[in-house]
Amino acid sequence: MVGLLTLAIRNPLMPISEADIEKIAQLAHLEITDDERRMFAPQIADIVTYVEQLNAIDTSGIEPALGGLTPEGERTESSRPDEVQPSLGQTIALEPAPDPASGHFRVPKVLGS
Amino acid sequence: MSKIPEITEALARGGTSALKITESALEAAEKLNDQLNAFLEINRNAALKRAGEIDKEADGTSALPALNGIPIAIKDNICVQGMQASCGSRILGPYSPPYNATAIERLLRAGAVIIGKTNCDEFAMGSSNENSAFGPVKNPWDPARVPGGSSGGSAAAVAAGIVPVALGSDTGGSVRQPAALCGVVGIKPTYGRVSRYGLVAFGSSLDQIGVFAQQAADAAAVLQVMAGRDPHDATTADVPVPNYIGETEKNIKGLRIGVARALLGEGLDPEVRNAVEKAIEAYRALGAEIVDVDLPHAKYAIAVYYIIATAEASSNLARYDGVRYGFRAEDAPALRDMYRRTRDEGFGPEVKRRIMLGTYVLSAGYYDAYYLKAQKVRTLIKQDFAKAFSSCDAVLTPTAPTPAFRFGDKVDDPLAMYLNDIYTVTANLAGIPGISVPCGISSDGLPIGLQLLGPDWSEGTLFRLAHAYQQDQPLNAQPKIHV
Repeated sequence: MVGLLTLAIRNPLMPISEADIEKIAQLAHLEITDDERRMFAPQIADIVTYVEQLNAIDTSGIEPALGGLTPEGERTESSRPDEVQPSLGQTIALEPAPDPASGHFRVPKVLGS
Repeated sequence: MSKIPEITEALARGGTSALKITESALEAAEKLNDQLNAFLEINRNAALKRAGEIDKEADGTSALPALNGIPIAIKDNICVQGMQASCGSRILGPYSPPYNATAIERLLRAGAVIIGKTNCDEFAMGSSNENSAFGPVKNPWDPARVPGGSSGGSAAAVAAGIVPVALGSDTGGSVRQPAALCGVVGIKPTYGRVSRYGLVAFGSSLDQIGVFAQQAADAAAVLQVMAGRDPHDATTADVPVPNYIGETEKNIKGLRIGVARALLGEGLDPEVRNAVEKAIEAYRALGAEIVDVDLPHAKYAIAVYYIIATAEASSNLARYDGVRYGFRAEDAPALRDMYRRTRDEGFGPEVKRRIMLGTYVLSAGYYDAYYLKAQKVRTLIKQDFAKAFSSCDAVLTPTAPTPAFRFGDKVDDPLAMYLNDIYTVTANLAGIPGISVPCGISSDGLPIGLQLLGPDWSEGTLFRLAHAYQQDQPLNAQPKIHV
């Protein structure tokens, strides 16, 4: 599990191989076919090469644009009183579930995969 | 002519009924859907029931709400209770959300009648509608061409005259670009202007619900109702909502329009350039002052966008795992297999591509090189606009580099498809509002759009500029497929 969280390729500027695509797919919980792997590798490599043009820009001393996008949004109080509010309830929440059982979401076995 | 006042005034006079208006919108939607594929669901029963209630409530004495009896179509990634929300994806399919988006609650309170849910690129990812799991929408001006994306169904429904107004969502241009390609008005409000509660998340720092209409004044009337703080969305800002309709009608004399000449060069279709140059002259003749501005980092916007949007999407779309709602792959022996097969069978290729790209740019060892770098360049793009708006009230650009292209033209080259968003993604990155306005017809008979971008909370000014242009330079053409 821990191994899956780190990609083997260390150099950000290296091209992306089909093996990398398989690793990324595993991280993203996607099962992909051989055809998809062959299609995605050059496409994602192309896009990554394209976005690497950002490396040419000097961003020293520039703050990243994280969080609220407008000063007014940033200032808006976003907490609310801690009061009990009605919720969907179990019946409605379980209605769209693919496999509901006795008030729960049932899933295939977790261990041994 | 603005359609909302026409309808609401006719209703107030007793000259027609909400039932009649809704019936004709439903008939048009049903009749044209074989050709356009604009709707994924047309909900005749719910719409007629609602219209009947509106007629019953009208007692002839009390004032009617702002959108009384107005038929409206909603993109299929915005939650409407009792209707589907597939997001154009097999993974959600006929999923029906148990609550209304805040924007929908506000439209309903204002008397709107929802006639159905419109087709879109899967999870709003695409610029051509070719990524919908349920087949693409056709452009009403030429059914061999794309309507734009991702809100192509809403754009086509308004262009074809099925509904006077429709909602879309805009993460990188998904309202403005299809508006341009279908010859209608489309606005993306300031980030935090309209609640995202009940809008299925794609890129949470970029997403905004937007409006399509044939006339800017009608889009203003809809935004008027939807805008404002919502405790369900902590990113909505506590900023007063001005009278947009009043703003729309003001004279534009003396307003300063910025033009970034560098954006009108390479890669721009000559006919689009010509139409935009003519529009600049039309604005000058209307009394606007044209000033030169520089947006030096705009050329990096696509690179920044496809890092940030895919990173946010890879995180947001992790929720589709076959457990709580939507599709689940059958017979998986264990939980992890179930997740992977569900997502393999449920997602289309573009969604997978973006999830993987986002996973890649966020993965250990890459975060600083891609995601953090992109967020820093995003700051530079915001600063460019802040500087530009110190010398002008709005910046004018083309909306899209070309008119509508043919189906299949860019489907094998994702990067070429992404470059279609070059003029629109900047507004989402900077959080500022943008509007697309029809500004001419190409030699192939296809509409061309201009885009106006303004500072935070300047929707009123954008409506005013759009309305003045539409009054002076109305689009004297009609799509091939229309009511």
